[in-house]
Parts: sequence; structure tokens; C-alpha cells
Amino acid sequence: MACLIRGARLVDPQVGLDDVADVLVDGGRLARIGSGLEAPEACEVVEGAGRVLVPGLVDMHVHFRDPGFEYKETILTGSRAAAKGGFTDVATMPNTDPVCDTGTGVRYQIDRARAAGLVRVHPVGALTRGERGEQLAEIGDMVLEGAAAFSDDGHGVQNAGMMRTCMEYVSKFDRAVIAHCEVEALSGNGVVNEGRASTSLGMFGWPALAEELEVWRDIQLSRLTGCALHVAHISTARSLSYVREAKEEGLPVTCEVCPHHLFLTEDDIDDSYDTNLKMNPPLRTAADAAALREGIADGSIDCLVTDHAPHAAHEKDCEFEIAYFGIVGLETSLPLMLTNLVRTGAMGWDRLVECMAVAPRRVLRLDPVRLEEGAVADLTLVDPDRPVTVTRDWLESRSKNTPWLGAELTGCATDVFLAGERTLADGVVRGGSETSERGFPLV
Amino acid sequence: MLSVRNLIDTTSLTADDITQILDTARGFAEVNSRAVKKVPALRGRTIVNLFLEPSTRTRSSFELAEKRLSADSLNMGGSTSSVVKGESLADTIQTISAMNVDMFVVRARLAGSPQLVARSTDARVINAGDGKHQHPTQALLDLFTIRENFGRLDGLKVAIVGDLLHSRVLGSLAPALRTMGAEVVLVGPPTFQVADPTWFGCEQTDDIDSVLSEVDVMYMLRVQLERMEGAAIPSSREYNRLYGLNARRAALMRPDAIVCHPGPINRGMEIMPEVADSHRSRILDQVNAGVAVRMAAMYLLLGGEDHGMSD
Repeated sequence: MACLIRGARLVDPQVGLDDVADVLVDGGRLARIGSGLEAPEACEVVEGAGRVLVPGLVDMHVHFRDPGFEYKETILTGSRAAAKGGFTDVATMPNTDPVCDTGTGVRYQIDRARAAGLVRVHPVGALTRGERGEQLAEIGDMVLEGAAAFSDDGHGVQNAGMMRTCMEYVSKFDRAVIAHCEVEALSGNGVVNEGRASTSLGMFGWPALAEELEVWRDIQLSRLTGCALHVAHISTARSLSYVREAKEEGLPVTCEVCPHHLFLTEDDIDDSYDTNLKMNPPLRTAADAAALREGIADGSIDCLVTDHAPHAAHEKDCEFEIAYFGIVGLETSLPLMLTNLVRTGAMGWDRLVECMAVAPRRVLRLDPVRLEEGAVADLTLVDPDRPVTVTRDWLESRSKNTPWLGAELTGCATDVFLAGERTLADGVVRGGSETSERGFPLV
Repeated sequence: MLSVRNLIDTTSLTADDITQILDTARGFAEVNSRAVKKVPALRGRTIVNLFLEPSTRTRSSFELAEKRLSADSLNMGGSTSSVVKGESLADTIQTISAMNVDMFVVRARLAGSPQLVARSTDARVINAGDGKHQHPTQALLDLFTIRENFGRLDGLKVAIVGDLLHSRVLGSLAPALRTMGAEVVLVGPPTFQVADPTWFGCEQTDDIDSVLSEVDVMYMLRVQLERMEGAAIPSSREYNRLYGLNARRAALMRPDAIVCHPGPINRGMEIMPEVADSHRSRILDQVNAGVAVRMAAMYLLLGGEDHGMSD
């Protein structure tokens, strides 16, 4: 059905657009952009006054746990969380069970996501079979089935020679290698930052160096192999400085950061041992977080991602040292950025669109989505003033493991259009099939 | 009354809390020296000793303390623990709590376990050692011993020597000493040092000889032999040569300075027999104080009134 979005502020730095206009969505495309547009017959009208319309947001680092861990999340429930958070596209990490290391695994996810119909899923294929770091996965097969990038996320590839082989091989395909950087010989049994948190809480430390050393290594391998390198969930100031240097040198290196590394620090982990503050890499120092906020605002950090990592209650409601790593983030990502960076003036709307919509598509080698007539209607409408209280019911994800439960935030996505289909309507996820074409439940 | 509901760490204790516990412990130390070492202070109260990690000394000390307070106690843990059978700690605690118990004494391998216990029960909780985090009753018995010796804590200087990185004793002792106005210096090889000594408000050095003549207390931590598997130190022989408290080093200490150790001691490793058994050693005083201090902590947390103390 056609839809007229009336009077929203349109922001798209790709076409130098920042203006109030009407937008007519029809036939899956941006049919018209202009002022005083008339709604055709049988057309939905969305009042956009006071809201901001941007290209559909992309989260290029999520875990949908499907197949293998459907009790944490499925492609359907993850898709609902993504739509709720304002996203049209996500890239899913391969550490499912089985690991997504063949074309079959890629095709499964894409097909399931199409059946669910709420968000496009771009699988990230494993670099090595089973993410064991020993033998190349069938990377070409996965490219042919639609893999958007390659990663052994969850681990670094420990052996530098194996990583070199991976990057040389991937360099043939115009895909980026997404590197989870962690020298396990240094991070060991670490569960919190080595420093204040490890000392005060009496737990093993995960030192900054364990990340930085592998960021540095993989940058050198990018130079050697010519392979595009995207550094995953960067967490320290020095990692960022290595990436900055690589970019200045002209290497094909990009990076991403998660909201929790921008807005939380190791000092937030107190003697209540809240397991929703346990993530990998761990929360770092206040100085690291400040450097990362500067990096995402000035563009040194290309992408904002969530590392959406659903875990069931019983996997988090336990002792900190044995709790699983990670938190859910799809629903809270945009509200956190709006509340903490955009509304405070630390980051402009152009930059927000760059890091949440434009750059992730570039890294994933997806076609750009621009706010211009004729473009695919992948759109996110944002109300920067709408109050949000993060509650279990407000979260669409099957898992509720977030440190922001109870938080009062300001600003969120109200509407999402996926190729013209309205998947989020005034904050409510709409559509999405709960069964496959053959009648199997997707939930 | 104490300012805390549970005794989980020393970081939350005020100087007044610590003084109350030490003063109360003095009374119980007197009870412990009697022929009949029992008072009815906690008669009818039920205390569960949940030891999720092997312990002989601490567990014996708590058990004796409970018996001498006339509490009923239940020992759980080891291979009979339902935690071993896959039940979550929270479920275990809720199950036992449903039987109307008054206190849990918790020893656990994982840091933060006592906090988890406290969230799962209305009963009071005493931390008997959680992973590498804290061991508050150990710190309190150390303070008791040191205070009995010097008559004060304020202004004393204490060196804590050994495997600082893995030490729950340090985690409780350093903050408690600082709260009471003592100065603390941490001593250990670089591979045993804590990542952030400023959290304890302490200096940290790798040179034991530089502190010997400056301190009132040499507190020698046990070096766990299994730590050497991680190659943190090359051998017990080398550790003893570089950090062991021997007669030569003891001779450099101030005349009235004392030696403490939380036990069990590794003779020939962190401490030599001639020092462990010397006039400076307060190691058995510490053990003796343990029962009285634990009685005091349980008595104060369970709101024991004066009845029984004086009879």
C-alpha cells in the first residue's frame, strides 16, 4: 500500500539533504519527494512533523542464535527486535550451531528472514570451519549464497599464519574480514577489564593489550594481503589510534563500536556483580569510552553496531564469572545514541546516519540506500523527543539481558519501511509471519 | 548495631562497625578461655554453613563459633552440594531458605557468590571467602590480633607480601586496615602484583628488603603452589630466596614488629620455620582470634541481645 510521510525532516548526507519535505512511498520505492504532496486514494498517511526521516538503519553485528540456540533468539524474534529498533538490515554472526561455515547455512538464514519478512538478514560467514581457526571454510560457496562478510566472531583467529591465509583468500571476493580481536593467551580467563575492575572485584582481568595486539596484527595483514579489514567492537583508545593510523596510510581498514563501550565503563560494575555488565570485550576505562565517543562523532569509527547477544535468564542469573558474555542491544541502540550524543549536540544527524546506515552498507558491500526519488524505500522515521522506558515488555527480543532495563531514554524509531512495507508503525512491529510457507513455526 | 545487614566485604564497613566487632570479639575471647566455652546468645537460631569450595580451617572456626553461641548449624557443600548436581546457586539458597534458616555462611570459588546468596534469601549472609574477591572474617581476625598486640591500629604500617593478584585475604585486609587508619604497602614479584593498587590506596613494590625496617607488621600471604603452573614464578626455591621471610630478613625488622600469616603456611616457601615459630609470630593468635571474631560477627548480625553474654 502507498504511504505518504508528511512534513518530516529528511536527513541524508549521501545526497547533501537536510530539509523538511513530504515523501510518497509507492511500489516499494520513494515515488515522490516534494512539498505539499497530495495523498493518492487508499494511501496511508504518516504525520512526520517534528520527526526525522533517514535511510533505513543497518546493524552489521548481531547474533540471532538461529540455528542451534532458538531458546535465546530466533531469526523471527531477532527480526522483531531489529524492526523495533528502527533497522531494515542486519548482519548476523556465524557462531550458531552448527556454525555458519557453508553456503547452506547462509541460505538457511536468508530464507528464514524472508519468510519472517521484517528485516533483511545478511549472514556473515565463518572464516574457518567451525570457527576453530584451523582450516578455511567454504568462503566462495558462501559468497555465492549471499554472505556479506566473513568473521570468526566470538574468537580471534589465534594463529597469524591462518589469519593471513583467510585474508588472502577473502581478498579475491570483494568482501571484508570482520576481526574479533583477542589474543587468548593474554585474555585468558579474563571476565572484566584488567585494572580497576579486576582488582576491586577479585576476578581475572582481560587486558586492553589482548585486543590492541591483534588489531595491530590484523592491520599489518591487511597491508600484506590487500584484504579489507573491519575491526569488530573496538573497545580501547589505543585500538582506535591503530585504526586511525591505518586509515591515514590508506589501508582498507574500518571499524565499529557498540553503545555499551561508549556509554558504560568498568566503574559501572560494582559489588552487585550485575552480569548484564559482562561482555566481550569487557567494559573499559572512562578514558577509553571518552576516546570512543570522540571517534564515533568524528568519523574515525565508521559504524555503530550492537553486538546484540541474547542469552536466556538462567545463563545470566548466576555468578559473574560463569555468566555468558554479552547483552541484547537492537532496541536500545538508537535511543542511546539519540539520548547521549545527538540530543546533547556531541554528534550531528549527518554523522548518525553515516554510522548507522551509510557506512555499514558500504562495509557489507550492499547497495547504497539514498533519500532520492526512485530509490528503494528502506526508511526509518525517528521521533527524537519520544520518551522511552526500557522494560521487558518493550523489548521484542526473546532475551532480556540488558543493563538498561528500567532506563529512561529520549528518542526512538517510530516507523520503519522495508522496501515500502511498513514493518514498524508508530512504535509497533507490524506484519511478520510466524510460520514458514510450509506451515512450520518460525517462533 | 552494625551499619550493614550482611558481612560480605570490608569495603562497606565503617570504622565504627569494625570497632564494634573487635570489641565484641574481646568478650567472646574471654568466653573461649573458660572451661565451659558456651553462651546461649544464639540459642534457637539456625545457621547454614554452605561451603562450595574445600575448607578445613575456616569451616572449623565457623562451626566452633556457632556451637559456642548455642546456634543450630547445618553443614552443606562439597560433593553433596546440589550446586554440584547442576542446580543454580539461587535455587539452592531459595530451597534452604524455605526451611526458615537465619544465616548463611558462604564459601565459594566464584567472586560475588555471597551477593547472589543475599539476593536470594531474607537470612543474613557472611562471606567466608569468595573466589579472589574478599574474605572479611579473615581480615577482622587479623585486625583483632594486630590491635591486641599494639593496642591500636591507627598509624601502624603493614606490609602485605606474596601472591597479591589472587588473594581474597588482601581484598578484605587492605581496605579494613585503611579504614582503621593504618598504612599498607603491597609487596610481591611483578607477576603477583595487582593491576590497580590505587584502588587499595596503597604503594606496591617488588622489593621486600626495602620495607622490612619500616613496618610494624609483615603479613605473609600463602603462595598457592598451583599458581606456579601458570609460570607466574619459576620455582618455590627462587620465591623463597627472593621473598621468603627468613631469619636474616626478620633481623632487619623493628624490634617490636610482628609476623602474621592467614595459613596454612608453606614452611620453606613464603616463611621459614625459624620465623614462623619465633617470638615475632602471631600466627596461632590469629587462629585463636578467628573463633571469637566469627562469634562476634554472627552475634551482631543476628541482633543478639546481651542475654547470655554475661552469664
